[in-house]
Amino acid sequence: MSCSRMENKILGYVDGRLKEGERLEMEKHLLTCGACHLRVNEFRSVHALLDELPMIEPSAAFDLRVRARVAAEPAKQSWWAWFMPSPRVAFVASMLLLGMVWIGSYNPVSISTPIDQDDVPVLENYDVISSFEPLTELSQAVPADEADQQSQDM
Amino acid sequence: MLDVKAGDEQSFALLLHRYRSPLVNFLYRMVRNREQAEDLAQEVFLRVYRAREDYVPSAKFTTWLFRIATNLALNSVRDNRYQRMEISLDAPVTVDAEDGDEKTLDVAEKRPNIEQHLVEDVQRKMIRHAIEKLPEKQRAAVLLHKYQELDYGEISKILECSESALKSLLFRAYETLRVELAPLVAQQTRQ
Repeated sequence: MSCSRMENKILGYVDGRLKEGERLEMEKHLLTCGACHLRVNEFRSVHALLDELPMIEPSAAFDLRVRARVAAEPAKQSWWAWFMPSPRVAFVASMLLLGMVWIGSYNPVSISTPIDQDDVPVLENYDVISSFEPLTELSQAVPADEADQQSQDM
Repeated sequence: MLDVKAGDEQSFALLLHRYRSPLVNFLYRMVRNREQAEDLAQEVFLRVYRAREDYVPSAKFTTWLFRIATNLALNSVRDNRYQRMEISLDAPVTVDAEDGDEKTLDVAEKRPNIEQHLVEDVQRKMIRHAIEKLPEKQRAAVLLHKYQELDYGEISKILECSESALKSLLFRAYETLRVELAPLVAQQTRQ
């Protein structure tokens, strides 16, 4: 193993995270390479030095502050809860909806006696009326602005 | 976390108890200010609480937790950098003491009777400064690797990089520390 290849493995070796084969290969290299051997020892020293930094303890009020912030969080609501801001409004809204549905479905014709289609006189002479020639002589509908113009002229 | 998702408030208290110290320490070493570190740690817990219902255990909880913490810390470090640029160059240099109190950096502290204590204090300052000088991503990688003892896979997910990129990042970081702390390293290696 060359020294440049060793660089990629040195940290894993110091951490003890190399695979068995890699570790053996590294140790074989270290036996013959003083520079890499020194570097491994220096990396171990860096690790040991970093251990010298003491841990700090969170302040006594830390938990209380977190709990207070969590308690201040608005409760998560479902979309239905958003749609219905209060039970009273929900009740009134549903009553109104029910009333509208009831009024909409009320059909007085359906209560009265059904009408026989043969008794309907309106459509009796429809063919005659639709082909009644004098009706074509009636003046055509005039647009509103033209009608205003005509009335002003008069 | 799955219990928290199910609405168990007691489980959230357990999470808080278990992770508050590692989180505060990690954030403190990232931002170098105790008050700010605690504020950020609170924010992390708040985000965990907010996201509880959407939580999917696709990765380890610690990975998810430290990913939130790292993102907050990196943003904070970048914001602070811009703020520091506005501070007058005449202002006295201050560092955070390990107990969390801000104090003026006194290079020649006059405490002759506690020489050993002074030497240790100077050593710690050197180590803290060496870590502080690392680029923020390298610093986060070292802190997660050294103090949280997370494996390469977890750290690479937190820092959103490949495992090989992480190994390279860590190698560069430890190399920098080795050079920065050369006098201490030589002393330590001899022991």
